[in-house]
Amino acid sequence: MQRRTLIKAALTAITFTALQSTTALAANTTLKIGFVGVTSGPAAAWGISNQRSMEARAAWINETGGYKIGETTYDVEIVSFDDQKDPKRAIAGMEKMAQQGIHYVVGPNVDDGAAAVRPVAEANGIMYFPYAFPKELYQAPASNAVLGMVANYQSGPAIYKYLMEEKGVKTAAFIAANESDPLSQRDGGVAAAKALGLEVVSSNVTYQVDTTDFTPVLTPVMRTQPDLLVLSGVSPASAPQLIRSARELGFQGVISTETAQDAGVLAEGAGDLANGFISVGGASTPELASPMMNEFVDRYTKMFGEYNDESNTKVYALEYILETLKADPSAITDVNAFQTTMDTFEAPNPYMNGDAKLRYVGMSSFGQRRQVAVPLVVNVYQDGEFKTLFVAEVD
Amino acid sequence: MEQILANGVYLGSQYAMIALGLTLIFALMNVLNFAHGQMYVIGGFVTYTFYGQWGVPFVLALAMSCITLAILGALIEKFLFAPVIKGSAREESTMLLAAGIAFLLDALILLFFGEKQRGVPKIVNGVFNYDFRLIMPYDRILICVLAILSIVAFIGLMQYTKTGRALRALAQDRTAAQLMGVNVGRYSMVGFALGAMLAGLVGGLLVTITGVNLGMGGPTSIKAFMMVMIGGAGVISGAIWGGIILGFMEAIGLAVLSQYGDITYLLIFVSLMIFLAIRPQGLMGKPWG
Repeated sequence: MQRRTLIKAALTAITFTALQSTTALAANTTLKIGFVGVTSGPAAAWGISNQRSMEARAAWINETGGYKIGETTYDVEIVSFDDQKDPKRAIAGMEKMAQQGIHYVVGPNVDDGAAAVRPVAEANGIMYFPYAFPKELYQAPASNAVLGMVANYQSGPAIYKYLMEEKGVKTAAFIAANESDPLSQRDGGVAAAKALGLEVVSSNVTYQVDTTDFTPVLTPVMRTQPDLLVLSGVSPASAPQLIRSARELGFQGVISTETAQDAGVLAEGAGDLANGFISVGGASTPELASPMMNEFVDRYTKMFGEYNDESNTKVYALEYILETLKADPSAITDVNAFQTTMDTFEAPNPYMNGDAKLRYVGMSSFGQRRQVAVPLVVNVYQDGEFKTLFVAEVD
Repeated sequence: MEQILANGVYLGSQYAMIALGLTLIFALMNVLNFAHGQMYVIGGFVTYTFYGQWGVPFVLALAMSCITLAILGALIEKFLFAPVIKGSAREESTMLLAAGIAFLLDALILLFFGEKQRGVPKIVNGVFNYDFRLIMPYDRILICVLAILSIVAFIGLMQYTKTGRALRALAQDRTAAQLMGVNVGRYSMVGFALGAMLAGLVGGLLVTITGVNLGMGGPTSIKAFMMVMIGGAGVISGAIWGGIILGFMEAIGLAVLSQYGDITYLLIFVSLMIFLAIRPQGLMGKPWG
């Protein structure tokens, strides 16, 4: 008898719990947004900052009642897939998104992955926001990719010009990891430098992506005695080691890169040797950051223990997707409507002070609006923190 | 030329240390420990936490790396490898287990230490510069010396202590060692702990030079396997020679072939394939023989 009572009580409790959770879930419809990117291996930091930015923002939205698009309020669910920086897995990830009926995906993080998923995305009506620079992804007839950041061919010339005018730089050496993104960034950087009149004294030296000791790699580059050493497409993990090795080998010139870096990582890995290092910042500075950006940083930090400066840029993709859907709710299942809306879309930028706008750009570089407008912030590292060198815009 | 030689000695000494732990575990248990690189990474993170974060003296932080990894290695052997080896005659069972442990450790590293590159303050400042022909930061020289001393100490342990003799007996013939009274279960655990400890030691040493990050485990394991293949699986002297040879090949290749792009490792892999086709057992042949 006692056992029966216990079973009944347990069943009743389970039923109530199930009903409660069903009620809680049923309060808002779920809007699934995908992420396909690298969250393991040497480049894990790139994808993890994406994924965590999306998860932190989604949790914030859900905690505050959901996101209203048209007449419906949605809870945002992030569906993630680790492509391990492997194009084959990136395709599998995008196919998984298609199977789940997801139409909006952030990622992939690298060139070959972003190129590989294009047929899957276009065939299945998926808009995706890569962090990869090949122009053919964003130029017609390509239609479904939207560049989620500022490309190196947009930031590089601005940096070189500044250095030529302000620091008297005349010669440059380029070094890159031996994989598609850094190599294409190096080639773009060399072309831009030559076009501006810089003499490129070394550009052939490359290193394995998993290199941890850069002294042997940099030794021949240092013999060319450049004024500027460009770390093309350098990952946050390799940047401090390269800077440290270059300085220890006696390099006195300027070191720069067109990728975003993390001040804490530079401080730990290179210390004062990183002073003067120029990089493209996450799309925020203390002056630019709005209260909402500061709250995002706080929430991210509470959720994951530590903030990643790259998320200053990576917070934007999800916001662009949601705001564009809000502008045209029919785009939730119709990416053609999304693409049409992109041409005229404009909304207040919640992460920047002043009257900055969220809008799609890219007419100059791609001939169509296939890039999110985020500020081009160029930073210089000094004593443990980034200081803003200059801020520009991309059209 | 001086710079190439110095880079070769430095790289060779650190590589040899990485390979030693892997080859020891293989010799004792016939286990290809795919998680060796992850153990190296944990060693780096432990030193980072104690020395870089909490300000504990470097030597103590290094000792903590060794102790942590020795305990971790012992636990992994006792609760994971020993039961699998006992219950399965198929060698691939331990390989799959090792791969699974590597994934698990990667996930734990992400959970506890995050995804970022980490580094610690330099243990010695300054750079030795001989007329710009030979440039070597003092901390690299110190780490190189410490690595060589550690290798010598390890060889001494294996040659002149009771534990070392027992481990060597175990590696030569497990059954015969058991018949001679060696406690096989205990010394397997000690050997695995020692191998893991070596990974922790080298991780702790190198975090001062290269820093450490989540993604370093897999590539480190691959390099360690290359060294073991060059030198001969399960042979201590083979691991040392494998490390030195790989270090010098890398230093020479990076200096001489730099203008041709990153073909150094391409040539190393091609050389390794040709070498293994001619001498599949590696330079030093069979374990402990």
